[in-house]
Amino acid sequence: MTYDLTFAKDVYQKAEMGHWIKMCMQCGVCAGSCPLRAHWQHSPRQLFQMVRAGKRDEVLKSSDMWMCTSCYNCIVRCPRELPITHIIHGLARYAETQGAADPKQPTRRFAVDVFWKNITATGRVGEAMLTMRLYFQDGIGAGIQRGLEMRDSALGMLKTRRLNPIPFRGKIKGYDGFTKMLAKAAELEQKLENKA
Amino acid sequence: MADAHAAGQTILVVGGGISGLTTAVEAAETGYNVLLVEKDPHLGGRVAQHNKYFPKLCSPTCGLEINYQRIKNNPRIRYLTLAEVEEISGSEGNYTVRIRKNPRFVTEACTGCGDCSAVCTTEVPDPFNFGMNQVKAIRNNHAMAFPSWYYMDPEFAKTEAAKTVAKSCPVGAIQPDMEATIIEEQVAAVVWATGWKPYDAEKIRPYGFGQYANVTTNMRFERLANVYGPTSGKIVRPSDGKEAKKVAFIQCAGSRDHNYLPFCSRVCCLASMKQAAYVRDQYPDSEVTIFYIDLRAMDRYEAFLQKTRDDAGISWMKSKPARIEEDANGNPVVIGENTLTGERYALPFDLVVLATGMEPHSAVDAKVPFAGASQDDYGFVTGGVLAAGCAAMPTDVASSVQSATAMAMKAIHAAVKRG
Repeated sequence: MTYDLTFAKDVYQKAEMGHWIKMCMQCGVCAGSCPLRAHWQHSPRQLFQMVRAGKRDEVLKSSDMWMCTSCYNCIVRCPRELPITHIIHGLARYAETQGAADPKQPTRRFAVDVFWKNITATGRVGEAMLTMRLYFQDGIGAGIQRGLEMRDSALGMLKTRRLNPIPFRGKIKGYDGFTKMLAKAAELEQKLENKA
Repeated sequence: MADAHAAGQTILVVGGGISGLTTAVEAAETGYNVLLVEKDPHLGGRVAQHNKYFPKLCSPTCGLEINYQRIKNNPRIRYLTLAEVEEISGSEGNYTVRIRKNPRFVTEACTGCGDCSAVCTTEVPDPFNFGMNQVKAIRNNHAMAFPSWYYMDPEFAKTEAAKTVAKSCPVGAIQPDMEATIIEEQVAAVVWATGWKPYDAEKIRPYGFGQYANVTTNMRFERLANVYGPTSGKIVRPSDGKEAKKVAFIQCAGSRDHNYLPFCSRVCCLASMKQAAYVRDQYPDSEVTIFYIDLRAMDRYEAFLQKTRDDAGISWMKSKPARIEEDANGNPVVIGENTLTGERYALPFDLVVLATGMEPHSAVDAKVPFAGASQDDYGFVTGGVLAAGCAAMPTDVASSVQSATAMAMKAIHAAVKRG
């Protein structure tokens, strides 16, 4: 285990919402409020303390921040109004930009390899392709099995028009503007990265 | 009204709790006239509701009784109960105040014999015990209440039954048709000592107060442990009257929390340690758990913390619980993360006591009705009038008394300047 004394400073300055970690008073309400806490190795409170303690590798390689489902329970209850959900996503993104995130982490694979590619290709979520890519991530056999398991849900969503079955729907209107927004966001992120 | 010279020497003290009582007697015993205004039927305020108080864990009746004697024996102190200050104008040395005196429906001729209470059949929730029991619609709060005159609930006074009760009085002191009066006074100084109220625990939704019978608050617990309380001092749980032997105290319940009260009330840690002692004294086989973020045993009270730590029947959990649920047996289950080990817990108790903080009355129902007054973001009084005790900041009884004495000095200063 290595302690990295520059890690906290990096997170405060370069991770989105990272500076909020300074405000944590280690009360533990976030951990007790998280419905998925049993699946996290470290609670948000512990992650924040690990950032302060300079445990760079342990934090960035952790799968914890990829487990967040954005239920916002922790944000609502945090006595010091830390935007915990956003901090957790900021840490995940920071781990990704640092190349430290575990490439096999399932949520990371979905977010980076499937979801991001899907939405940036056309400017909208193509639900049919998104689902297929997700299901077939681990091979054809696994994909067919998951598809069958989820068949009833899929049919229900189709019926209530919550799922568009057309795989290729083309680009949104104003796709150029959309890509410009993404470029601007990437530029801002780079600025943050170059800071200090 | 007296002449201008004498009027300049009167000090108005608003609030008849431990701070207001202290300012009043200190200023009066120095030779100044004091008008003490209290909104409740009796003096004593929040302290009178406590079972025991710091640092010696004696009954507050004792400390209050000494102050009541000093008031009784001092002709310079006038006190008004059931009275509220509606408006203040002027400036230091020369204020005009308008006071509304609400009807007591019982005159000062009352001897406190209790005949009326015996005759009265109407009962109401007892505000002195936070509504945990029913009391007669005409009564005084407890045997040591001062002044000892009875008082009648305003709603009851409107009824026909009130007239019947009035007839039972051997000295004719009951007047159900009594009306509010407005009093105007000239005073040299105003000391605001309106104290605090317990923060409304129902607002802390994840803890389920109001939803689960066996989740209570620290002030209710004081009454529960008190011999004049709803259970005559027996510590039992509200749902089924079972002895509460496994008790949890949750610190910072709605305190140091931007969703509720953002500040620390400074007394709740020690109050819970004191209340843990109530449980441990009553049931030797009891188990108390105190949930805390960090302990704040202010200044001279470190020794009390040590004493509590030495008791093997009291355990500590460094954690602000996330929520409370109820199991099938009506036990509140406290859920959260032990921040020393990182483990999650879900622990059942007989009774959970929320250590709620102090909300200054001046933030809610006793704002200073004076254009020149200033209050901070939380409602504590910062200027324009003199603020004593918990109207100035959240604090314990001993510090309130110190603060109140200091304000008596400042008020005297204002009166002397006025001449």
